Amino acid sequence: MPLLEVRNLTVAFDTARGPFRAVEHLDISVNAGEVLAIVGESGSGKSVAMLATMGLLPDTARVTADVMRFDGRDLLTMSAHDRRAISGREVAMIFQEPVASLNPCFTVGFQIIETLRRHTPLNARQRHARAIELLEAVGIPEPQARMTSFPHQMSGGQCQRVMIAIAMACNPRLLIADEPTTALDVTIQKQILDLLLDLQVRHQMAMVLITHDMGVVAETADRVVVQYQGHKMEEADVLSLFEHPQNPYTRALLSALPENATGGRLPHVDVAAWMAEA
Amino acid sequence: MSDTPVLETRAVTRDYTTSSFFGGGKVVRALKGIDLKVARGKTLAVVGESGCGKSTLARIITLIDAPTSGEVLINGEQVRVGAGLTAALRRKVQIVFQNPYGSLNPRQKIGDVLAEPLKLSTGFGAAERRERVMAMLKRIGLGEEHYNRYPHMFSGGQRQRIAIARALMVNPELLVLDEPVSALDLSVQAQILNLLQDLQEEFELSYVFISHDLSVVRHVADDVMVMQWGDVVEYRSRDDIFAAPEHPYTRTLFDATPRIDPARIRARIEAKAARIAGG
Ligand SMILES: Nc1ncnc2c1ncn2[C@@H]1O[C@H](COP(=O)(O)OP(=O)(O)OP(=O)(O)O)[C@@H](O)[C@H]1O
Ligand SMILES: Nc1ncnc2c1ncn2[C@@H]1O[C@H](COP(=O)(O)OP(=O)(O)OP(=O)(O)O)[C@@H](O)[C@H]1O
Ligand SMILES: [Mg+2]
Ligand SMILES: [Mg+2]
Repeated sequence: MPLLEVRNLTVAFDTARGPFRAVEHLDISVNAGEVLAIVGESGSGKSVAMLATMGLLPDTARVTADVMRFDGRDLLTMSAHDRRAISGREVAMIFQEPVASLNPCFTVGFQIIETLRRHTPLNARQRHARAIELLEAVGIPEPQARMTSFPHQMSGGQCQRVMIAIAMACNPRLLIADEPTTALDVTIQKQILDLLLDLQVRHQMAMVLITHDMGVVAETADRVVVQYQGHKMEEADVLSLFEHPQNPYTRALLSALPENATGGRLPHVDVAAWMAEA
Repeated sequence: MSDTPVLETRAVTRDYTTSSFFGGGKVVRALKGIDLKVARGKTLAVVGESGCGKSTLARIITLIDAPTSGEVLINGEQVRVGAGLTAALRRKVQIVFQNPYGSLNPRQKIGDVLAEPLKLSTGFGAAERRERVMAMLKRIGLGEEHYNRYPHMFSGGQRQRIAIARALMVNPELLVLDEPVSALDLSVQAQILNLLQDLQEEFELSYVFISHDLSVVRHVADDVMVMQWGDVVEYRSRDDIFAAPEHPYTRTLFDATPRIDPARIRARIEAKAARIAGG
């Protein structure tokens, strides 16, 4: 049984021009101990699909699904209270825009400790020590001194790592990571991905990794979902995806890698034409 | 005149003072003396460790913050942040922030976000402004239907493109882009990089391009500056640096770059299976 199972998910937003379907008929499942990467067009509904699963979309969103289960429990019929208990403790999310998702009014130390207070049995002294440990694990220099920094006193990549520390604080069973390394240089990115993959294997943690970086997909994912305009185009194990991409959109996407530039210009990917050819 | 760099910095430093609860601030030197030059129509890429001072440098060269010491020269003339800055000078130098969400007013519609710089610095009437905004929306792969939407109604990558578009509205001479394409999928990334290249050719626009994606850097840069802990460790032409990186940190960066290589993928998957089987 998959840890997370979503079937036929559709998300529509009410807009001035009528309903807009950001996600349509999407099936997503991920097993314990598995890394599922979601890649695809900017605006194709990757974040919205995961936010819908977490119950975090605004009221203007209409979410429907045939099945939405976490560990066999039905998220669709569950009370808001029970659902909140799951998100944060059993499911954690690293949001796409880390600076915007940290609270500017509190120190980063406070924000990590607060998560530990809500979701672990640790006492105050243990929480403090654990928070420093977490900052150290994500490669923040002088973690002790950094506990009293406010988000605006940290660099973009440091804020992103604080978000990762918060998400890891309660050893979730499912981690949803939305572009978790966009602000990190490749050496720290590697450190963070190794850290997540280690947790992932040791605790059989499931991970949904949304990313635009095909190199990151190649080095972390077990399985890959490719999304385009709210639809799933292709789903494949990671090796097949790179060796034999089936869907024209996947092939179009891979053709736009900067190393494929010809004469200084990047290949113009006319996605519509690729799709028509199919 | 034409060989005067658009941007030059001399020995620029920047200190941050962090006050602790017990009083007595601690001074951290985030930039330790940066010298750089950007010629007209050229691109300088800046790469370096997270927290090494790239965004701090970006705020100084776009005249948002003052350096603690050192000089910033635009077109050969020293500039000081403060009351003396003219609107014309401000317009010449634009920035695309690392965090697009924080830099967009949540209560302003996207059409107005893009029209505002025109309102402030040109004499265009409302119809002309609207037309230019529409044209720009098209160039970044968005459309008319997005004109009246608020920032939260866009995806991360769409907001990133809006931030780039806003900086381009007033035809700057120097554009500083802080991780501009890290939130974009490969096809939109290609579209934006090609757009930046077209504008560079058309208007001799200069870029300071902060990025951690070395394949993108290799594609866009004329020169590359590698930073670590507030210092420049290597600063050479793109071709030289990619052919033979000299500094150990640069080599570490190159080695850590993730690769798409079926043999590596296979090895990784086998190692994971073995680890799980071994308990
Ligand atoms: N509150 C909203 N109202 C209307 N449309 C919205 C709203 N939130 C998101 N959208 C739209 O839904 C679509 C999917 O957005 P989503 O954030 O899931 O994209 P994404 O795949 O995560 O893209 P990116 O890679 O750029 O982050 C986009 O077209 C976006 O403009
Ligand atoms: N307002 C501030 N007060 C105190 N320290 C600060 C402040 N802003 C930045 N810093 C510190 O200065 C250093 C440089 O920050 P900066 O944002 O320039 O890094 P960066 O190279 O852009 O990193 P990233 O790649 O993670 O965005 C960091 O260690 C950061 O914590
Ligand atoms: Mg997104
Ligand atoms: Mg930065």
